[in-house]
Amino acid sequence: MEKLQNDPTAAPQGLTGKASAALGRRVFLRYLGATAAAGVALSACKNEIAEPLATGSARAGDAIDLGDIGSKDVNVLNYAYALEQLEAAFYTQVLLTPYAGINGYERAILADIRDHEIAHRELFKAALGSAAIPGLTPNFSSINFSSRASVLGTARVFEAIGVSAYNGAGKYITTPDYLVLAGKIVSVEARHTAIISELVSPQTTSFSGDDIVAAASGLGEARTPEEVLTLVRPYVQEILNGKNGRRA
Amino acid sequence: MNLQNILNEIEKVDADVYERLDHVSRRHVFHNFLKKALTGVAPVAFGAILNKAYAQSSTVADVLNFALTLEYLEAEFYNKGLASGGLITGMEGWNTFQQIAKHENAHVALLKSALGGAAIAKPNFDFTAKGAYPDVFSNYKTFMTLAQAFEDTGVRAYKGQAANLISAPDVLTVALQIHSVEAMHAAKVRYLGGSRGWIMGAMGAPAAVYAGEDVRVQGGVDVVNLTGLGTDQVTGAFDEPLTKAQVLAIATPFLA
Repeated sequence: MEKLQNDPTAAPQGLTGKASAALGRRVFLRYLGATAAAGVALSACKNEIAEPLATGSARAGDAIDLGDIGSKDVNVLNYAYALEQLEAAFYTQVLLTPYAGINGYERAILADIRDHEIAHRELFKAALGSAAIPGLTPNFSSINFSSRASVLGTARVFEAIGVSAYNGAGKYITTPDYLVLAGKIVSVEARHTAIISELVSPQTTSFSGDDIVAAASGLGEARTPEEVLTLVRPYVQEILNGKNGRRA
Repeated sequence: MNLQNILNEIEKVDADVYERLDHVSRRHVFHNFLKKALTGVAPVAFGAILNKAYAQSSTVADVLNFALTLEYLEAEFYNKGLASGGLITGMEGWNTFQQIAKHENAHVALLKSALGGAAIAKPNFDFTAKGAYPDVFSNYKTFMTLAQAFEDTGVRAYKGQAANLISAPDVLTVALQIHSVEAMHAAKVRYLGGSRGWIMGAMGAPAAVYAGEDVRVQGGVDVVNLTGLGTDQVTGAFDEPLTKAQVLAIATPFLA
């Protein structure tokens, strides 16, 4: 497992940026509700085996429990935050160690997607504040970053998982603003799926292929949190746990 | 089974739905309905029951009919495009638009089945928009422009209705599943036209389709300031919703 370098796009913020972000976070947290945030922070601490760092990274082997994902909006946000962390780390690595034969167009596409995932990750982190789960440590040992097929094949899998995760978790969200926010993100993940598919299998139906969209109903995939976590667990060094929702 | 879920949701909106079914047990209705739905036959009798069973002002039915209107428009647009000789040439165009048409026609069938007798009839469409796009089915570029506009509008339209389905979780899931497929279509059509798959800023035609796509504040947070990323990247990272009124304003010129 190669050590991931620091994210090159996470530039230090000027005072304006910091102040603005802090203000925004306060507004966002008002929606979130202080009670819910405090509750999750406590349960997050309790569920970690190793000593948690408030805003730092988790350690490999730590158990990170996302809880009952359907029971609180904040749990859904942390679930989304975990997935966005994984995607952002993946594309960051792709751009740091580009595969053999990458062309300028592909590089531009992948850089856009990386930036989208970073934007998603940072927004969830800001929204969650002290309720956020720690930074995850990716495990990309199964991916050959020098191989175009390995990288783009993995990208398509990650994007499709992301779409199915948001589709499956939308119904757990009780706050309209969060539901719309998730909607704003999932359609961009779906756009990524289509374009990555085009890079993998040009000029075919793969962009919304029968493997990811049911041909008879025209419905995209929806997965439960437990199904999604089973799929992503191999790519994270921490042990990512969580249960499906219990919202009636 | 998604259709069954939709019915369960309608039951939540109207708890008496099954009591209004004359001479038909719940199990029996489901059985026949699903059998017909699975074999692609429109469940006419069931639709009539539904129509009686829940109020026409039902929020869920309104959302589904609104979605059906857009799906009718998209399905007919692609069906006509595919039937227009010489319009779509080359394997990539065929693969793309046949796949998209397959999904849009499936969405029409799904929504009609779910709504049954409450489903609105297909409107008549004028894809020239009263002459604004006179060569829509003879000029591939015009066809592509409208395809992109319809797909990007569809994505924004479903997104704008999500909050109206928050009390009907399984209908919401189906809507999200359609929504994500519209976004895949949109990205591919944009790609075919030489654009990025995602919407950066508020660029695009017709302008009303892209109005408000350039926001950089999400949930009260200015994401450009938060991340230091470029404005194009940040606006591309989030698709914005449209209200029903905005969508109808976009769609109305295409109604005959």
